[in-house]
Amino acid sequence: MKKVLVANRGEIARRIIRTCREKGIATVAVYSDADQEMPYVREADEAVHIGPPPVPHSYLNIEAILAAAKASQADAIHPGYGLLSENEAFARRVIEEGILFIGPTPEVIGQMGDKLTARRIMQQAGVPIVPGGDQPVETVDEAVQMAASIGFPVMLKASAGGGGIGMQICHDEEELRQAYQSARGRAKAYFGNDAMYVEKYVERPHHIEVQIAGDQTGQVIHLLERECSIQRRHQKVVEESPSPFLDEATREALCQAAVLAGKAVGYTGVGTVEFIVDEQKAFYFLEMNTRLQVEHPVTEEMIGLDLVALQLEIAQGRPLSVAQENIHAKRHAIELRVYAEDPVSFLPSPGTITLYQAPALEHVRIDDGVETGTKVTPFYDPMIAKVISSGTTREEAIQRAREAMQQYLITGIKTNIPFLLEVLEDERFVAGEYNTWFIQERKPKSTN
Amino acid sequence: MKQVAANMAGTVFKVLVQAGNDVTAGQDLIVLESMKMEVPLAAEGAGKVTEVKVQVGDFVNEGDIVVVLED
Repeated sequence: MKKVLVANRGEIARRIIRTCREKGIATVAVYSDADQEMPYVREADEAVHIGPPPVPHSYLNIEAILAAAKASQADAIHPGYGLLSENEAFARRVIEEGILFIGPTPEVIGQMGDKLTARRIMQQAGVPIVPGGDQPVETVDEAVQMAASIGFPVMLKASAGGGGIGMQICHDEEELRQAYQSARGRAKAYFGNDAMYVEKYVERPHHIEVQIAGDQTGQVIHLLERECSIQRRHQKVVEESPSPFLDEATREALCQAAVLAGKAVGYTGVGTVEFIVDEQKAFYFLEMNTRLQVEHPVTEEMIGLDLVALQLEIAQGRPLSVAQENIHAKRHAIELRVYAEDPVSFLPSPGTITLYQAPALEHVRIDDGVETGTKVTPFYDPMIAKVISSGTTREEAIQRAREAMQQYLITGIKTNIPFLLEVLEDERFVAGEYNTWFIQERKPKSTN
Repeated sequence: MKQVAANMAGTVFKVLVQAGNDVTAGQDLIVLESMKMEVPLAAEGAGKVTEVKVQVGDFVNEGDIVVVLED
């Protein structure tokens, strides 16, 4: 591997370029018209323009990216997260062109990308799954029947849905009957597909995921968990490791289930197995992310290893350079995602950053993709930076995170920094007693 | 007459109504899209749509009027 094309943008492109550089591997960035001035484009050894701002014409344009790889003679492609990272057809085309795809096989991406196939494979492997229907329900009576067989409360879900749209919690038959028609109508209007599913709704759940890594010899290890329960609109805002909620027995069981999941599909590369965990600490498989995760730095800072370096090794066919018995939580790590959004309504706030000054503190890592003068456009994800603090104790990590957020200076756009500071001061967060309802249940303080 | 304004900057992702439609309170009229997020704009009260000022793909700024309703 001599030259890696990074098929992504922003902070993650920059992050991948950094490790490649450390390993003596040349890098190629790709960019749309909107991203020409971004730091990652400048920092790569080469940069290739791939199209206009909307993602279908640039970062999701498979042939444009392959053409860039050929023009620059890249011998490997790193897809980052989001965009084409979990696109089976893309992985296939990369391999067809004789280029190394840094990730699992297209087959595994396809299997895990299909919710029902993933559920079936995990069920067969003995990984617990959320009880629910594996077939869409066609009528309201079928939905009621299904709900009765798995027990209320249930979640009514649009098959084509995502980001929380088309999802509704129903506590009893009456609620389900009332919700069914409107949810179906919404699904039709939004996605042009009104197939609905009914599954068991886990009340007050935690969202906890396990990092895994597998090599081409069939070896799969886990790299412990990340607690990701602080979410707004089903998007993560704060993550930490180790989880303050898990006891040792549950942690071990969860990590073993993740290894089982990885082995069930012959996973190669780094990946994440997401679980929901209820208040009694029963856990269920949610999905598997067949790529590097946004919050991967939490694991890196906790354990002290470079997950991108691990990806590069695995992709080149080398056996895992780290053994399970050497994986321990050496530090407590917390990640805060800085979004270009209103800190109260959480609505996006695109614009030009007139001043950008990230904190420089010991044991605080900043993975960012912007600088003074960067235009934050409405075309892409609102996340502009990640702050990862760590300490020998959770308290130390929280205190460092507070200092970092107080020092962070971003003007010209609205950011969620005031909100992140409130989270860090929240009694329930400080006590480590929170679940996925944390943000909805908080009483918002006055912020502006 | 009631004017419905965009609550964020972004592009028009869906237009769910047209002039002449009767709408009920809470009904989604337009879906905006910005930074990968789809945000529906709903009617505050019932009324008849007199004008839809945007088309799918249009860029709007926060505060721009997108739909006009009459009581």
